[in-house]
Amino acid sequence: MSLGNVQALVLRYLYLYTRTPIRAVELLFWPLVHLLVWGYLTVFLQENMNSDFPFKITYLIGAVILWDILFRAQQGVAIFFLEDVWSRNLLNIFAAPVTNADYLGSTYVVGFFRAGVTSTMLGGLSLLLYSFNIFDLGLALLPFIFNLLVFGWALGMISTALIVRWGPAAETLAWAVPFFIQPFAAVYYPVSALPVGLQWVAKSLPCSYVFEGMRGTLNTGEVDWASLGLATGLNVIYLAAAGVIFVRVMNTAREKGLLTKFASQ
Amino acid sequence: MVAHQGGTGYENPFMSEPILQVTDLTKAFGDVMSVDGVTFDIQKGEILGLLGANGAGKTTAINMVLGIITPTKGSVTVFGKDLSHSRIEILRRMNFCSTYTQLPGNLRVWQNLKVFGKLYRVPDLPKRIDEVLEMLEISHLKNRVSGELSAGEGTRLNLCKALLNRPELLLLDEPTASLDPDIADKVRKVVSRIREEESTTILYTSHNMRDVEEVCDRVVFMHKGKVLFIGTAEETLHHFEEESLEDVFIRVARSGEIKPNRGKQKGEVSK
Ligand SMILES: Nc1ncnc2c1ncn2[C@@H]1O[C@H](COP(=O)(O)OP(=O)(O)O)[C@@H](O)[C@H]1O
Ligand SMILES: [Mg+2]
Repeated sequence: MSLGNVQALVLRYLYLYTRTPIRAVELLFWPLVHLLVWGYLTVFLQENMNSDFPFKITYLIGAVILWDILFRAQQGVAIFFLEDVWSRNLLNIFAAPVTNADYLGSTYVVGFFRAGVTSTMLGGLSLLLYSFNIFDLGLALLPFIFNLLVFGWALGMISTALIVRWGPAAETLAWAVPFFIQPFAAVYYPVSALPVGLQWVAKSLPCSYVFEGMRGTLNTGEVDWASLGLATGLNVIYLAAAGVIFVRVMNTAREKGLLTKFASQ
Repeated sequence: MVAHQGGTGYENPFMSEPILQVTDLTKAFGDVMSVDGVTFDIQKGEILGLLGANGAGKTTAINMVLGIITPTKGSVTVFGKDLSHSRIEILRRMNFCSTYTQLPGNLRVWQNLKVFGKLYRVPDLPKRIDEVLEMLEISHLKNRVSGELSAGEGTRLNLCKALLNRPELLLLDEPTASLDPDIADKVRKVVSRIREEESTTILYTSHNMRDVEEVCDRVVFMHKGKVLFIGTAEETLHHFEEESLEDVFIRVARSGEIKPNRGKQKGEVSK
């Protein structure tokens, strides 16, 4: 990987955001709406639910913040690619001395920034509006965030691969892919709420351990490091698989002339 | 050899080592043979025109030289190195400009050139950016938003990007396609000038005869993926027994087959 190339590609992205601040709306508006809906639902449920219900309602706010980290990281990769498609710049990039690793490296950096911006905003607002402090998660917050970022990147690479393979018509996958897995990821409810068969699906997704871990940590103050370790292990597998898929699809794209088809759309 | 190999008309002391050598290059998309056994080379400092009607396979050939499309068969050798093995190294010394691409419209002109300058590791980048803008007479657009440029200005910006790294091999895919005659003329002059000043080797696709007559040393005449003839403009006219390249072009495009001049023995292409 060439750091100079990663820097150049990230620079392009920074120019994009500073030149057209309206783009930040997408970065801030939807997460904000999400937080408000789930936040006030939480307030409502807190006021109307009897106290022996075993589920702390503030989980929902934590879930909104953590889910958004995964989603932004995934978007960082997928939208990065689409920006080049939309601006008809794809061939210029792929005709430049840029390796797959440079390209992916820069999407990671962009995903990291995007996740950082929204989670900072959401963390601050949830403290202000709902007295929910994400830092109550303590030290576990770091591996939580790390695992969500990595899984988001893996999903982003897979989304991009699908878009390359199936063409511009599949653009909406950039937004849809994370939501395919959301029902099984135990974001807003515990894994045990799922039917047994689907629990296995949940357990094969690294992010489910993070959301379970968040609830556990908020409940007991104890961190289940073992399951976090498992999540990290799974993530390594997902990331490697996503990388292989991405590279293979790029090779297929070169064989079938898919990149040039994007250019002439 | 599929086609006749004419002289270059452009004398060069380094004739022996081509900058670009394309051998039996073939690309099939399903049943469609987009490029079919194409062989040609370009010497250092030479401008080679790739001429042919829409769908002749020019863009596909260029994209194979860039490594954006993998050949079904055949090889591309640039600077004496095999493209499939040394792609990144080769791309660094090369550049390309196509009517089919644009630079990101939401960035300013200088921002776009800075991003690509960094990707191509251009030394002393700010100075080089001013130079290329000057060369294409769009210095006054430096701070403009790229998406707000006219088609002609946009194409010249594309060319600026393509010249940034002083490429040793420059690929131009219909660089004059969207330009008015005045700007097209300017672009041709720039292309000729960088060849004079920097011995840049250029592969130039076009269906514009003026381009070919004015700037190209030799022409590769393509039709339905195949090379019909390689030679200077004069040799091409002689070969097809026509008055102008335009006549050759029209006849080849309409005849729809490899032997364009039926009835005339001399005009046939040896196979
Ligand atoms: N990615 C692709 N997939 C399928 N067919 C393609 C693709 N690119 C080009 N072709 C076909 O290959 C032929 C040559 O196209 P092209 O190289 O664009 O010609 P030219 O640039 O000379 O107009 C055309 O018939 C075109 O439809
Ligand atoms: Mg073309």
